[in-house]
Amino acid sequence: MIEIIETANKEALEIIQNGQPTLVGLGVAGEVIPGMAKDLFLHAGPPITWDKMSGPLRGGVMAGLMYEGLASTPEEAAEYAASGKLRFEPCHHHDAVGPMAGIVTARMPVWIIENKAYGNRAYCTLNEGLGKVLRMGAYGPEVIKHLQWMENVLYPVLKETIEIHGPIDLKIMIAQAVQMGDEVHNRNKAATSLLIREIAPSIVKTSFSDQDKIAVLEFLNSNDHTFLNLSMPAAKATLEPAGKVEHSTIVYTMARNGTEFGIRVAGLGGRWFTAPAEIIDGLYFPGFSMEDANPDVGDSCITETLGIGGFSMATAPAIVQFVGGTPKDAVRYTTSMYEITTEESRAYKLPPMNFRGAPTGIDIRKVIETQVLPVINTGIAHKEAGVGQVGAGIVHPPMACFEQALEAFVNLLEDEGLLEE
Amino acid sequence: MSVNDLFKQELKVINLGLKSFQNDLKSQEVTVVQVNWKPKAGGKKNMLDLLSKLNKVRK
Amino acid sequence: MTLKTSIKRNAYYDSVTLMLLSRELQKLEGVEDVLVGMGTDLNLSLAKDLGLASSEFDTLTPNDLFIAAKMDESQITMKEIEDAFSDYLNKSSESEGDEEYQPPSLRSAIQALPGANLVLISVPGQYAAVEVEDALDAGLHVMLFSDNVSVEDELRLKQKAVEKGLLMMGPDCGTAIINGKPLCFANAVRRGKIGVVGASGTGTQEVTVQVHKLGEGLSQVIGTGGRDLKEQIGGLMMIQGFESLIADPETELIVLISKPPAPSVAEKIYQIAKTCPKPVVIDFIGGDKAAIEAVGAIPCISLEDAAQKAVRALRGQAYTDFTGFSLPEDEVDRIVENAVGLLKSDQTELRALFTGGTLADEAMKLLGNRHSIYSNIPLTPEMAIENLPDGRGHICLDLGEDQFTRGRPHPMIDPQTRTEFFRSHVDGRTGVILVDVVLGFGSYQDPAGAVAASVREIRQRLSAQGKDVIVIASVCGTDLDSQDLNRSIATLEAENILVMPSNAQAVRLTDRVLQGMKKGA
Repeated sequence: MIEIIETANKEALEIIQNGQPTLVGLGVAGEVIPGMAKDLFLHAGPPITWDKMSGPLRGGVMAGLMYEGLASTPEEAAEYAASGKLRFEPCHHHDAVGPMAGIVTARMPVWIIENKAYGNRAYCTLNEGLGKVLRMGAYGPEVIKHLQWMENVLYPVLKETIEIHGPIDLKIMIAQAVQMGDEVHNRNKAATSLLIREIAPSIVKTSFSDQDKIAVLEFLNSNDHTFLNLSMPAAKATLEPAGKVEHSTIVYTMARNGTEFGIRVAGLGGRWFTAPAEIIDGLYFPGFSMEDANPDVGDSCITETLGIGGFSMATAPAIVQFVGGTPKDAVRYTTSMYEITTEESRAYKLPPMNFRGAPTGIDIRKVIETQVLPVINTGIAHKEAGVGQVGAGIVHPPMACFEQALEAFVNLLEDEGLLEE
Repeated sequence: MSVNDLFKQELKVINLGLKSFQNDLKSQEVTVVQVNWKPKAGGKKNMLDLLSKLNKVRK
Repeated sequence: MTLKTSIKRNAYYDSVTLMLLSRELQKLEGVEDVLVGMGTDLNLSLAKDLGLASSEFDTLTPNDLFIAAKMDESQITMKEIEDAFSDYLNKSSESEGDEEYQPPSLRSAIQALPGANLVLISVPGQYAAVEVEDALDAGLHVMLFSDNVSVEDELRLKQKAVEKGLLMMGPDCGTAIINGKPLCFANAVRRGKIGVVGASGTGTQEVTVQVHKLGEGLSQVIGTGGRDLKEQIGGLMMIQGFESLIADPETELIVLISKPPAPSVAEKIYQIAKTCPKPVVIDFIGGDKAAIEAVGAIPCISLEDAAQKAVRALRGQAYTDFTGFSLPEDEVDRIVENAVGLLKSDQTELRALFTGGTLADEAMKLLGNRHSIYSNIPLTPEMAIENLPDGRGHICLDLGEDQFTRGRPHPMIDPQTRTEFFRSHVDGRTGVILVDVVLGFGSYQDPAGAVAASVREIRQRLSAQGKDVIVIASVCGTDLDSQDLNRSIATLEAENILVMPSNAQAVRLTDRVLQGMKKGA
């Protein structure tokens, strides 16, 4: 009786399981991202306007404007952003994903990931590292300076590096990392190490000065989360083709813009189902508390959407202390994610779960029936632009997103005459 | 599986509700799984209706 | 006193855990009154009644947990109450240690336990029908302990069950023993050749323990739920159970237990009994003797009588109505005389306090015709307990009825309710107290001890007035129950409680005592 949905879901899962996310090179956003333009800024999460944006997003936009040379001071930038001269669209609408504020502007360098199984591509900026950074909404001169260094040194070196090395299979790298204590959302140490190991000889072989090569190697090494900006587009590229499967109840996007949480469901095309983003109940750095927190923000839960990240928490025991739990909690979380997903990943096997594959293919019906919500490991940003990360914890999407989606799905099937009276 | 079939099988119970029942069954070495129960779909009638509609999709 | 409320969103704990929690938190120093519950309409109105509601309740949904407490803030804070709450829960979950994973729904439990064949459901009534339907759709048998399920749902679900050849025992089904395994409230009895289908929980328990006492055993004990034999349901499960026992090679004799069914339903059952190749004992408590005999079945006058006739018929022995006592008549006379002799002339009243509904019912049927007994299960509307004149007169209460279990565990699980009634309803005018003591799975760990303690307290209270009181009890239990029949009897007898071998005999003895008291007046 529910065959049409089961068949559709099987098809969606087949697409997801077959995904071959591969790092094929780097490019400049304005040149490689479809539809990119100088007056278009991309952001994390579902659609949002300037007036609704929270601190981190606004700060990121302002930094972006100064980086692009469209404003010289934060005040000018804020004015410009509110003026209507700037368009804002979700990264997701342009085959891209961005962590935290996720602001992408035309001159930013991006990783280019291709899903070799289906030919589609996904893009993500390079990770800036920790401290005062654009993705946390910082917009001071040091932020801009650092972005310029990335554009002028980091990007060209890495671009040539990949040209020399050749494409890198990210599926295999992630599969190894999740067996080394990473979940590739909040814990990327092993994956970053694997990446650097892989490309180091090619970096050395590039035509740049020793000084530049050293700076690049040292920068990559200084930032455990270098790989996050690869795992995210890898997940995006894997999931996107599944978004076209009609009559499927599988979630292919989860994302937040600091104000709202949004999901997209395969059988419902590009429609967003949104509800207010939650404040994370987690561990706060000394001096900070829930009152300082910005609501949930970032495209990084595209990793959880695929079944890695928080869904694979069991495999990253080190992360649980950081989010305020025990290794047993981590196993419990992962175990409960199997209740709301469809298949086990054929690629990503989790040792502490007896090598069960990661829980893959979130089904909105199961979420509503069991009332078990997807679990997301996330960093917490300060609500004021530029202060940075104030903690980390576990967060869930609002149930309302799934309820709205279910209602829309049933209406769609009714309209198509597919439901019995 | 009819009632008389049940009489010939080993009892294997799924318990939805009071934990004391699970404990009693365990003490008699009956295989029992305790459900960490919450009202289905949060007990919300509109959601239950939507879910049951999806169980009646035409072929 | 300050009223504070604490809310935990989207939490869920079962009703018994919460009620026991309320009781634990009530004990905290500085807490005047506390209620812990899910945000259901029932609990909200209960909180209002207790003066514990606040504007914060407006945001509550049935999926949220609330702790509402009136406290002396100089002695305790809400935070401390919340900590005590967590401690209590952790204590109970820590003791489970590395417990197995608990699936979050029936569907995932079915995946986790291939070969599952029975689903036991005791969730709140308003959510139960959905779960029963899913279980039946999955081809599993159901025991539905929950009540507050609508008649329409019961009918629809039982029809589905019958169509699929499945059991749907309930709603409000407290007792079953399938394949020798007691389910919910049931006693440990030996396996044997007698099969039972019962619409009455403690009635079924009493029959099974009497059968066990007489040396025979039970093949299958199927519950139907209290409403099964009403017109609208048509006895669907009684018939389903009856037919399965006829087909069961291990069952050689069948006992049916219920309050009198609707006439059309009784007729259907008699027709099946007529052509049944195995002996059938029918205890439709207070039912139509002639009609039962007319179809070749064996009628009964009490639960004990049903068990005795079943055992005798199984053994091919002659049987007769058991209207008397196990003890010789002259000894019974002596007991009655001595007992009545203990009383002062103004001690004329009966206080019968029952935890088992059918046992209370049996008491009312046997006593209510001869004596004017006010009750919450009266024989006629005029004798409803609310009509009790100035609190004076004979009282018999079924403490398991809804009005007494609002926000409290059933008295078979927790003796507190009856303990309170002993205190409030027994005074210097009480001549005789009658109780049931139900052992077995589901029951409190030491019901006899609780009754004995209450009786000790009563006697202390009455001795101050130079008075004593007669206490009569029966123990519904076996030597195999964890509470142990013999130990329970000893505990009661140590407090000079007259323990009879069955509910019927305890009731009969009470009748003799009441008559003796009248004579003495």
